[in-house]
Amino acid sequence: MSVFLQQLINGLSIGSIYALMAVGYSLVYSILNFSNFAHGGVIMLGAYIGLYALHLLPNSFLGALVIAAFGAGLIAVVLEKVAYSPLRKRNAPSLYFIISAMGASIFLENLVIATIGPTFKTYPQIFNPVPFTFGNISVSRIDVLMFVIAAISLAILVFIIEKTKVGLAIRACSYSSRGSNLMGVNVNRIIFVIFLLGGMLAGVAGMLFGMKYTVYPQIGVITNKSFIAAVFGGLGSLPGAVVGSLLLGLIETLSSAYIASQYRDLIAFTLLIVVLVIRPSGIMGKITEDKA
Amino acid sequence: MFSWFYIEGILILVGINLMVVLGLSLLTGFTGLFSFGHAGFMAIGAYVSAICTMNYGIPFYVAVLIGGIAAMLASLFIGYFTLNLKGDYFCIATLGFGEAVRLIFDNLQYVGGARGLPGIPLDTNLTNVIVINIIAISAMAFLIKSRHGRNMIAVREEELASQAIGINVFSYKMTALAISALYAGIGGALWAHYLGFIQPLMFQLTKSTEMTIMVIFGGLGSITGSVVGAFVLTFLPELLREFAQWRLVVYGAAVIIIMITRPQGMLGGMEFSIKGIIRFFRRGGSKKAKDTVNAAEKGGAQG
Repeated sequence: MSVFLQQLINGLSIGSIYALMAVGYSLVYSILNFSNFAHGGVIMLGAYIGLYALHLLPNSFLGALVIAAFGAGLIAVVLEKVAYSPLRKRNAPSLYFIISAMGASIFLENLVIATIGPTFKTYPQIFNPVPFTFGNISVSRIDVLMFVIAAISLAILVFIIEKTKVGLAIRACSYSSRGSNLMGVNVNRIIFVIFLLGGMLAGVAGMLFGMKYTVYPQIGVITNKSFIAAVFGGLGSLPGAVVGSLLLGLIETLSSAYIASQYRDLIAFTLLIVVLVIRPSGIMGKITEDKA
Repeated sequence: MFSWFYIEGILILVGINLMVVLGLSLLTGFTGLFSFGHAGFMAIGAYVSAICTMNYGIPFYVAVLIGGIAAMLASLFIGYFTLNLKGDYFCIATLGFGEAVRLIFDNLQYVGGARGLPGIPLDTNLTNVIVINIIAISAMAFLIKSRHGRNMIAVREEELASQAIGINVFSYKMTALAISALYAGIGGALWAHYLGFIQPLMFQLTKSTEMTIMVIFGGLGSITGSVVGAFVLTFLPELLREFAQWRLVVYGAAVIIIMITRPQGMLGGMEFSIKGIIRFFRRGGSKKAKDTVNAAEKGGAQG
């Protein structure tokens, strides 16, 4: 039982990081209807920015987190301007967007390899490494921190989307971007906001992930997990992305505890295909012709 | 500057890449489906053929074919379930498939697991790569020119309309995927017998991406483009060896630039043919005529 509880907590903490990534990815999907495969690059750069920010401000974890968030948000916005905006103006098919995103992800990953180097980097020890213990269960502080920060970030996002005017416009655009354009919504501005928000969440996710594990240029590969999580929940659905991510985190940690850790990724990818076959629209996805 | 041995090696790699790129070109360029899982088909071809020659003493050519067919069977299985998915969902499904195949080989101790499979007989040489490629290109050219090839292009252009005029969209997608997997499997088999050693790490997502980029660079919907793409993008990294670290940065930037300036690739939709060359030289007799041809081509490129 204590093993189960232990894995449950680990699963929730890693799942919350997946959620931060998957939400950014889902936001872009809900408006632009294409898979932003460059999201992994933004997460990776967020991890690096967080690392350097922490070197600059060794005593201010929150300051570094904010810098990482804004830095990654800025990169996401620049990426949109360079790689997607020209395609949007031409009404290109989504295939071209995906290819462009792929190019961007190769570019970012290898730019970091060429400039910073391919080596693993570790974050300095900021928090007390001694875990909290409750009976047989021990919870590391970083896991708790990951969960709390992820929850706060997502709560802020929900507030923006549900309560503000920009959020209303985002919801309108995800319903029909052409229609909202006709109703006077500045779609270009909404897309800017979307990429900024998604990029900021990616920066937070990258920094937290780097703190728990290490930072390296191929960190973006774990975003494959966030695609899976988003598909689990239903592409383009934000609550779906969160639920799917938590589920994926739980499935992963439980399968590595009870089956075998080397099958963890295999199980995740198999589940992805199974979900796609049985219910392509995911747990909470919209079942519409153009989104499915 | 380079020894023949070195150039021969690169040419063999061009041929191997070209096999995969041709298959991918049929799928992406002509049928409009986007796959992230072709490294998985390559892996199946490589492993199956390697086991055939190593453990069962099956002759090289037969083993390569068996590798290709194994990949094709896998594609029929995966295609049956996922080809009804639309757009990005199919993309993500193939991504999942490719990674799943790699992870399966990673955990299969019979083929060496993550350590890899050494000691594969070195049967691939320039002659048989060229022969196999000539057969593959001719077969592809015939297929594209046939009614079936035109139907595939129709599926790419307007899925709904082609369904309405009685084209069985699903079966054409399936055929394209199967042929494409066959080519990828043969490519993987040749690769295994060229290197003599394979391991799951060689078949990561980046391998699929590399192949897709070759297709796009050469031009979507053009066999000539695939050949050019495979040639240029296999040679270029070798010439840029000294800038090894920067070459993939250039790669990535080039993909974005191609997409936002000339998304149809270098030779999108254009094919090499003897007739076309004769026409080109006839028209190019006077300078004025040449200029009009160029202008027309530029105009066409923007459309």
